[in-house]
Amino acid sequence: MWMEHPGWVLFGTWVAALFTLGIATFLYKDNPVYKFCEAVFVGISAGYWFVSYFWQTLLPKLGYPFYAGVKTMFVGPAEWGWLVLLIPGTLGVMMLLRLVPKAGWIARWPLAFIVGYTAGLRLITFLQSNAMTQLQNSVQPVVRYDASGQFLGWESFNILLVTVGTFAGLFYFFFSQEHKGVFGRVARVGTWFLMITFGAAFGYTVMGRMSLLIGRLDFLLADWLHLIR
Amino acid sequence: MRREIPTAIAFFVGIICIIQFFIPHRPFGTLVDVFSDWFGIVAAFAIWLGALNLLKVSLERSFSKKKTHDRWYGLVVAASFFLIFIIGMFMSGGDQFQVPGSRFDYLYVNIYTPLSSTMFALLAFFVASASYRAFRARSWEATLLLIAAFFVMLGRAPIGDQLTGFMPEGYRLSEVANWIMTYPQVAGQRAIMIGIALGVASASLRLILGLERSYLGGE
Repeated sequence: MWMEHPGWVLFGTWVAALFTLGIATFLYKDNPVYKFCEAVFVGISAGYWFVSYFWQTLLPKLGYPFYAGVKTMFVGPAEWGWLVLLIPGTLGVMMLLRLVPKAGWIARWPLAFIVGYTAGLRLITFLQSNAMTQLQNSVQPVVRYDASGQFLGWESFNILLVTVGTFAGLFYFFFSQEHKGVFGRVARVGTWFLMITFGAAFGYTVMGRMSLLIGRLDFLLADWLHLIR
Repeated sequence: MRREIPTAIAFFVGIICIIQFFIPHRPFGTLVDVFSDWFGIVAAFAIWLGALNLLKVSLERSFSKKKTHDRWYGLVVAASFFLIFIIGMFMSGGDQFQVPGSRFDYLYVNIYTPLSSTMFALLAFFVASASYRAFRARSWEATLLLIAAFFVMLGRAPIGDQLTGFMPEGYRLSEVANWIMTYPQVAGQRAIMIGIALGVASASLRLILGLERSYLGGE
């Protein structure tokens, strides 16, 4: 393919390197080069999703079945099941009418469909997987013995820690009662566990960003400048 | 009728999705399967709406009578959009547009990926500056945050084990980080997840029952 030609590979590497440096100039301050790269990123991202949804969702789920259904009207035994596709197709077009100021209210119908479907599905899945499963995993015997009857002190401590931490954290989220007295003290313990969770999440995020930064530096120094292997 | 019909649609679709969980048979199971396909189609149109709206706003900004110094960036947005749109739609082999070596993939690898990863990599610097402010051990809670982040960051990097290589097994930084992630972190995480689940459930019920209609906008 023409993309594999060394000239195009080199050109692509240079384009990628210049865009990388262009975005990195923001570290100095907001500047026209950064704004240009940012605008390219926004346009390319929008176009990327536009094209992806066309080929991966709209054509296989709507375009091809619709075309195949219409074709049966002219060749072979006519089938009518495809007519049901008119509903999501129409809802989709109604959604696009949001771009027309006077007809924008029509987009409420498809929006209501999306909201209703998401709400119905999320209500069940969140209750089942987040609330029920997490509660089930938290309500466990905390005193543990191994098969030979030996008390497992460290494991028991860890399970106790998770159970106490989970319920204390839930106390903190109980906003309908003032955090005072015993309730307040338990809620305070809950904040300690929440702080550990936030700290760990923060550390994880930092490591993720660092890994991306190392990836970009590796690209610049190895693939572009060939300074390192 | 501009508000009643959408509310009825949300109610009908939402209730069917809930009933389907308890009665996963015909007609509810079939209906939710059909809704799932429809949802994909309508969501794709919603993505299109977002992209087209971006294009509209960008071009309006570029050609408005108000002469702002950054109005030309709207044209850059539009040009970038059309570049990947034309190449993805007409010049990359149809539904094989993402195959490595296609023109679309060339743009993805050489423009989209470097831009997006550098954009997120920049956050490393801002996170560093934010952590300087957040990690001052001014209270017991802030100290816990600091300690957890410190152990997780060092424990997940090779330098952590190099620094604590002399310690007995079980006490090295990577193992301490693992312990934090497996026990105290899980406790807080569970509390948050249960809280989120209850919040989502109540918000979903309000949407389905039509008590919450802010998504329909004004008028």
